Amino acid sequence: MELWFSEVHSPHVKMSIRVDKHVFSAESEFQRIDVFDSYEYGRFLALDGFLMFTEKDEFIYHEMITHVPMAVHPNVKNVLIIGAGDGGVVRELVQYPEIEHIDMVEIDEMVVEVCKKYIPQTACKLDDPRLTIHYEDGLKFIRSCDDCYDLIIVDSTDPFGPGEGLFTREFYGNCYKALKEDGIMVNQHESPFYKEDAIACQRAHKRIVESFPISRVYQAHIPTYPSGHWLFGFASKKYHPLKNLDDVRWNKRGIKCRYYTTMLHKGAFYIPAYVEELLKDVES
Amino acid sequence: MEKLSQERAPIYEALEKLKQSRIVPFDVPGHKRGRGNPELTNLLGEKCVSIDVNSMKPLDNLIHPVSVIREAEELAAEAFGASHAFLMVGGTTSAVQSMILSVAKRGDKIILPRNVHRSVMGAMVLCGAIPVYVNPEGEDRLGISLGMKVDQVKRAIKANPDAKAILVNNPTYYGVCSDLRTIVNLAHENGMLCLVDEAHGTHFYFGDNMPISAMAAGADMSAVSMHKSGGSLTQSSLLLIGPAVGEGHVRQIINLTQTTSGSYLLLSSLDISRRNLALRGRDSFAKVVEMAEYARSEINRIGGYYAFSKELINGDSVFDFDVTKLSVNTLDVGLAGIEVYDYLRDEYDIQIEFGDLGNILAYFSIGDRRREVERLVSALSEIRRRFGKSRAGLMKQEYIEPVVVVSPQEAFYAQKEPVLIENSLGKVCSEFVMCYPPGIPIIAPGERITHEVLNYIMYAQDKGCSVTGPEDPEIKHLNVLKGGY
Repeated sequence: MELWFSEVHSPHVKMSIRVDKHVFSAESEFQRIDVFDSYEYGRFLALDGFLMFTEKDEFIYHEMITHVPMAVHPNVKNVLIIGAGDGGVVRELVQYPEIEHIDMVEIDEMVVEVCKKYIPQTACKLDDPRLTIHYEDGLKFIRSCDDCYDLIIVDSTDPFGPGEGLFTREFYGNCYKALKEDGIMVNQHESPFYKEDAIACQRAHKRIVESFPISRVYQAHIPTYPSGHWLFGFASKKYHPLKNLDDVRWNKRGIKCRYYTTMLHKGAFYIPAYVEELLKDVES
Repeated sequence: MEKLSQERAPIYEALEKLKQSRIVPFDVPGHKRGRGNPELTNLLGEKCVSIDVNSMKPLDNLIHPVSVIREAEELAAEAFGASHAFLMVGGTTSAVQSMILSVAKRGDKIILPRNVHRSVMGAMVLCGAIPVYVNPEGEDRLGISLGMKVDQVKRAIKANPDAKAILVNNPTYYGVCSDLRTIVNLAHENGMLCLVDEAHGTHFYFGDNMPISAMAAGADMSAVSMHKSGGSLTQSSLLLIGPAVGEGHVRQIINLTQTTSGSYLLLSSLDISRRNLALRGRDSFAKVVEMAEYARSEINRIGGYYAFSKELINGDSVFDFDVTKLSVNTLDVGLAGIEVYDYLRDEYDIQIEFGDLGNILAYFSIGDRRREVERLVSALSEIRRRFGKSRAGLMKQEYIEPVVVVSPQEAFYAQKEPVLIENSLGKVCSEFVMCYPPGIPIIAPGERITHEVLNYIMYAQDKGCSVTGPEDPEIKHLNVLKGGY
């Protein structure tokens, strides 16, 4: 039996993963949720037919979206995560004892339930006492927050669908307002490679640049995402992602990673020429 | 003809049948189902161009409907509680104009509020009717015109017992409703007809707990913009009549100015939308109301903004309020409505219906989703944070009492000359000046140019309103009547 999950990466390119079993399928209030078992990538989650993460390569994404800001900001106590219902970001964050509270705002309760039940690899720390989960629209939640977070992590889906509001000027402006005077926002920043993703990436960058004094982009290699080349945004009110990197302090913590290192941290901000150009186009 | 159920959509069904019959077109339109204009076909899609066809026997004819268009009109009449409904393809402007041309001729008087849409004044220019204005009560804090006061209507009737009709704007753009039932009764007791510009009130016919609709209030004619809250294509509209108005006469009036090549895209959109409203309107508008109420409460929590609603109801000039309209006063944020309107589009990629000097209006309808509502609210919150200032220096919209010197028609066709706007004070204007939208004339043909009018025009231009109407597109000049008036 040949069973393949395919995802369209551009109108003329698709990626397929051979599937062993279709583990779960349901329609939530917001989207269709599917869980598959695959031979190469282990278990994986798809929302509205788009692959969100696989057991085999999720560590890259979750380490890079979490440890980069944590190695820069000297004193993170209060964190807001938007999206991230799979629990991967929380799993990374709870390794930092100085974090006192985490608010996670996920619009779709079913995503959390499904991940808890079927994908414990990411959802294993969702019962941490420091975590409060809010099932709400992220844009709505953040509207009433003022000067309260040290770090905001925006772990959104793509900007075509329920996640669209998390790529807007009003959202980034609200994040700025919700951060303390030395706060950092890190976001899932799409891919610069295929045309449609590149346009979304450029638009997001433009809006972040307009909202924050410091705005840099860094990269990672994530095999199952379109083109495999993925970007993250680092927006900040005070700290520079490289000048304020405290590698000695971070390495003393002894957090064990499979992708992130403080050396890689530095390298991740050196991006290809065509991406630099793409971003520079919207910076002025 | 057998009576059809509201589940039918005769024009739509006839178009479907036509597609299957594969008729060879040697008639207009010349694009021949899109084949002759591939770029257009690419833009609109094959489905769309293939039903852009001409009147023919199986599809009936809009100027003299006897089959499927007639059936669609009868279904619409039934759905809206009217004696007859005319499908209109020239916008609600054409419905409003046909309504006025049907009841008034040169020299006849019509009682109406001054805050009417330009189409009403345009009809007066065409037919030579004389407007008798009822001063719409103003709301001080918001700077908007309210509905017609019953007392004022009575006074106007007493002073003009020969008037042919009373025209009511219901609801206004902002959602304000007059005491329609009482005004209809007053009109009828005095031998006048009651016409309603119901451009913004399609949903009144279908939603629960809505303000009363024109037909339910016993009005004689009503122009309903199906393309606004009803969901049909832009430019399609309905003209409804009650039992006191002759269908044949109105048809003749419509045919004076309406196209003889009525678009089947527009006609079928009216047909399908009517069916949709009749079958599902109640649920759809309950959702619209819920979303608008949610947005209103969230916006009022931001601070500074005032999203107003039923608390304005005073039993007379605000007899009822249309809660689907999200009208927001912006003055306490320190910004003119038009400035907030521009920020929403330029900074946040959100296009709202209009902004005037003190208010914005976001149009809520059957196509809205919660996630876009969150964006609108968040963007307003951000605009306040980034651009908010003190209220000083902002002008409210004051009602400008019109000084009517000659009839709109006389002024429009009289000998005129352009003068620099700064030299126009005291002269009689021969053209319209308005901000568009909302398209309510600041000055209309035949009215004297006063200080208030000039201040308003200059302030509106300064704040970035799109001021339209005059022959000189830059509005440096106004056309005024020659000679002494």
